[in-house]
Amino acid sequence: MINKTAAEMSNALAKGEVTSVALTKAHLDRIADVDPKVKAFLHVDNENALAQAAAVDADRAAGKALGPLAGVPLALKDVLAQKGVPTTAGSKILQGWKPPYDSTVVAKLKAAGVVILGKTNMDEFAMGSSTENSGYGPTFNPWDLTRTPGGSSGGSAAAVSAFQAPIAIGSDTGGSIRQPAALTGIVGVRPTYGAVSRYGLIAYSSSLDQAGPFGRTVLDTAMLHEVISGHDPKDATSINAPVPAVVAAAKSGNVKGLKIGVIKQLQGSGYQTGVLARFNESLEILASLGAEIVEVDCPSFEFALAAYYLIAPSECSSNLARFDAMRYGLRTGDVDGASAESVMNSTRESGFGREVKRRIILGTYALSSGYYDAYYGSAQKIRTLIIEDYKKAFTQADVLVSPTSPITAFKIGEKSEDPIAMYLADVATIPVNLAGICGMSLPAGLADEDNLPVGFQIMAPAMQDQRLYQVGAALEAALVTKWGGHLISKAPALGGAK
Amino acid sequence: MSSLSRDDVAKLANLARIEMTEDELVNLASQFGSILDAVARVQELNLDGVKATSHPQPLENIFRQDVVLPSLSPDQALSGAPAQEDQRFRVPQILGEAE
Amino acid sequence: MALSYDDVIAKYEPVLGLEVHVELNTESKMFCSCSTTFGGEPNTQTCPVCLALPGALPVVNAKAIESSILIGLALNCKIAPYSRFSRKNYFYPDMPKNFQISQYDEPICFDGYVDVEIETEEGPKQFRIEIERVHMEEDTGKSLHVGGATGRIHGAEYSLLDYNRAGIPLVEIVTKIVPGTGKYAPEVAKAYVAELRDILRGLKVSDVKMEQGSLRCDANVSLRLIGSGVLGTRSETKNVNSLRSVERAIRGEMIRHAELLNDGQKVKQETRHFQEETGLTRSGRSKEQAEDYRYFPEPDLVPVAPAATWIEELRAQLPERPSLRRKRLKEQWAVPDKEMAAMINADVLDIVEETVLLGSDPTKARTWWLGEISRLANEKDLAIADLSITPKDVADIVALIAAGELTDKLARQVVEGVIAGEGNPAEVVAKRGIKVVNDDGALMAAIEKVCAEQSETADKVRNGHIPAAGALIGAVMKETKGQADAARVRELLLGHLGQATN
Ligand SMILES: [Zn+2]
Repeated sequence: MINKTAAEMSNALAKGEVTSVALTKAHLDRIADVDPKVKAFLHVDNENALAQAAAVDADRAAGKALGPLAGVPLALKDVLAQKGVPTTAGSKILQGWKPPYDSTVVAKLKAAGVVILGKTNMDEFAMGSSTENSGYGPTFNPWDLTRTPGGSSGGSAAAVSAFQAPIAIGSDTGGSIRQPAALTGIVGVRPTYGAVSRYGLIAYSSSLDQAGPFGRTVLDTAMLHEVISGHDPKDATSINAPVPAVVAAAKSGNVKGLKIGVIKQLQGSGYQTGVLARFNESLEILASLGAEIVEVDCPSFEFALAAYYLIAPSECSSNLARFDAMRYGLRTGDVDGASAESVMNSTRESGFGREVKRRIILGTYALSSGYYDAYYGSAQKIRTLIIEDYKKAFTQADVLVSPTSPITAFKIGEKSEDPIAMYLADVATIPVNLAGICGMSLPAGLADEDNLPVGFQIMAPAMQDQRLYQVGAALEAALVTKWGGHLISKAPALGGAK
Repeated sequence: MSSLSRDDVAKLANLARIEMTEDELVNLASQFGSILDAVARVQELNLDGVKATSHPQPLENIFRQDVVLPSLSPDQALSGAPAQEDQRFRVPQILGEAE
Repeated sequence: MALSYDDVIAKYEPVLGLEVHVELNTESKMFCSCSTTFGGEPNTQTCPVCLALPGALPVVNAKAIESSILIGLALNCKIAPYSRFSRKNYFYPDMPKNFQISQYDEPICFDGYVDVEIETEEGPKQFRIEIERVHMEEDTGKSLHVGGATGRIHGAEYSLLDYNRAGIPLVEIVTKIVPGTGKYAPEVAKAYVAELRDILRGLKVSDVKMEQGSLRCDANVSLRLIGSGVLGTRSETKNVNSLRSVERAIRGEMIRHAELLNDGQKVKQETRHFQEETGLTRSGRSKEQAEDYRYFPEPDLVPVAPAATWIEELRAQLPERPSLRRKRLKEQWAVPDKEMAAMINADVLDIVEETVLLGSDPTKARTWWLGEISRLANEKDLAIADLSITPKDVADIVALIAAGELTDKLARQVVEGVIAGEGNPAEVVAKRGIKVVNDDGALMAAIEKVCAEQSETADKVRNGHIPAAGALIGAVMKETKGQADAARVRELLLGHLGQATN
């Protein structure tokens, strides 16, 4: 049952072939079996999940109208506040904190009857590309347990990849949904900035953060995308416009007559051979399906990484100031005669991990008087140039494409001592975030040299998210035919009950 | 080559209210050269006349009506407090003066 | 060495700068929907947003924007077609986010002015105070310092935080430097703050109660040698919480600066705290390094770009400027200078005007508010506005006196009763049985005349046919041209005809 897609589970639930309680139990069992190896979850919420499932079953029995995902289990990135459930953003500084409120994403999931299995591991405050920066230890890639699942939403990606949940929520600030999706062989979408409410999403970089869906298929991902999207008056940056018809697009994948732009700057040196081979193969498939492939030039993308690593740390240095041991979370150093100031200093020292401190210091520097214009100010201008590059490119193509990640899943520990090498993992995903547009990663096959999944990235203009699904569904269908099944079926069984 | 000294990092850590160990200060200072070189690439282009983008979507004038909605109960508000007394958050003595 | 104020102004010219913080009187907070009601139980007016819980986001209160634009317009400012909120980053336990959402390089209003007039030895003189900017921000929570002797922050063992006030909308009004006030600097500053307060009250955007902190003034003062073009070092005095304190603080700082300068010492650029008891300022704790607030545009809030049509609509709503209004009322009511000054001083102009608008004679209205009611307020140590008597009550009382139903003396009892909470004037009159003793003699004359003229009817009444009295009463009322109290007439008539009244 857990091998099915969310769409299939939805059908089975609707037809009464299975109950949500049974489906939920099956997933909780799978988690109990494999999570000791994968470590995707920080908190498994057995009790609430089963109660939620029972409530959906009761509603269904009572003949209530239910949404398509009602009763389907889901894994939730621990960056989203869920009332009464431990929420840590992967940080020791929030250990034990239980929010007195629901994030809008969680409220929407609950309203849709989606069963929340638990909270998944992540790089602390979403800062990282490997989930190694979690305050609670790393998550392991189900394809190869010596490798990282990517990050920062590595826990959610690994959970879906390891069949612990059919769908999951992640958040993407610089690639934190798309890159782990690529590294674990699943589908992940970063929606248009403002399409999914950030209310209750613990902020890393406010102008870049966006929650989004993971699934093992394009359609599953679209179904979840639709549930969590929509205008929210509690988020002033939320877009007040109809949700793009992503499910319809996922059901009618078609690229005939579409122009697909290959971004010159997002390929070539630094990209693994097997990654480029799978990427080019997918391009050929798209061409064979009737798409016109064109090359587009985005010269400012060369500076995207630099701009990102100024903007995100700057915003985080301010966003994370609230973790000060006064109102919630960890408090250390509260010895006799200690001052509020010394307790703040001590708590922030012991509660934050190395990468978080590094980014806070970098951001503090970039915003400090005398350096603002040279760093933060320049980065914001680069951002404008990147938006302009995209605008121009989207006059030449309906969607843009690139490899999602220049490399496949890397070994745990391989890059953790070299921040710059780690930052390069996001080189192809970051431009989307800077421009506030949407992007998808879907599996393009395995790299020949390491047999690890490769992600294919599709980008579309703001609030044109349906284009991602239209193109993604067409490519997925062709690849599934070619492979004789979904790529994920080639993932190792992990020795758990399937 | 950009760089930050150990003392520069210490000043920043103080601004950011993080009491770093000597090892951390030295370590971070040594890493900052390459990090700053990487981010300083934003200065390579001539950006005269380019507008800065602070918000990715061109939204303006997003307001809420001046209407009171229920607050949290004091129990909820204080539920995460490391210490509390008389329905207030209890914190150690404050040394600095308010702004 | 102690200097006199005259010594100071003989040698130095003061340069002022005033920053006024105004709490807006919106129903809900600046960025969340918590109530702004003053004096609630601790932490009952908080939510994820104003407690800065992880994940919470601010959304701007539309009314606060409207109020800010109204303030800008009333201060003759330009309204920015585009402005943004910024984050001012610094750590302090009463500020939950450890940054304040404020406006930095793009305030919503800028470049305005306020004209104030003060009495000088040479007669009334006008000064123009130029406004640099009006911007929006949010207030902090309140801390209670426990342990230590004074309840002050120094020596406290720990502090208790209440975030009910965190996020209350504030508007900060900053003047450009104000030179050229000479020896009148303290009076000009006081007149400016008073004018600002009246303007804000007229706009109905704030309670403007300095004692409650809804209007707070920081005064920057520096001295320069007369004739010198070089500005001196300034001090910034906080906690100036009454009009009188504004005047005292500036005078005190001028003397303190002059003493330092005369002794060849330097004035330190620092924050000082005004102490109500002594009228002096004390030095704030100096910071080990200058704060670096690391301002940057608030990414959670989008720009404010008020449409020109909206601004014009608001401009059309502006009430009359207080100075012009005072001039107009003085003329309309024919108030002597001294009395006008007394009304302004006692802060009763609004209340008197309301009373007049309810039909009262202006002089009578003024006399009641400035006289008896002021006296009772003093006695109770309350502000006039806090008494339970309303302009309508006073208008009613004035009308009762005019109708001869109250004498001034009785009216004072009614005022006292209304203030004591016994109800409106009519109710107090009824409850206390207050009644003018009419001129019964004149009434009796009329009654005797009517009874003689209509003796048949009078006899019927004498014989116990009470309803017949109606015709007689009507005739008496006619005889007295309707000015008699009909009830009293009936009472006297029935008595005259040997019938008991009930
Ligand atoms: Zn609130």
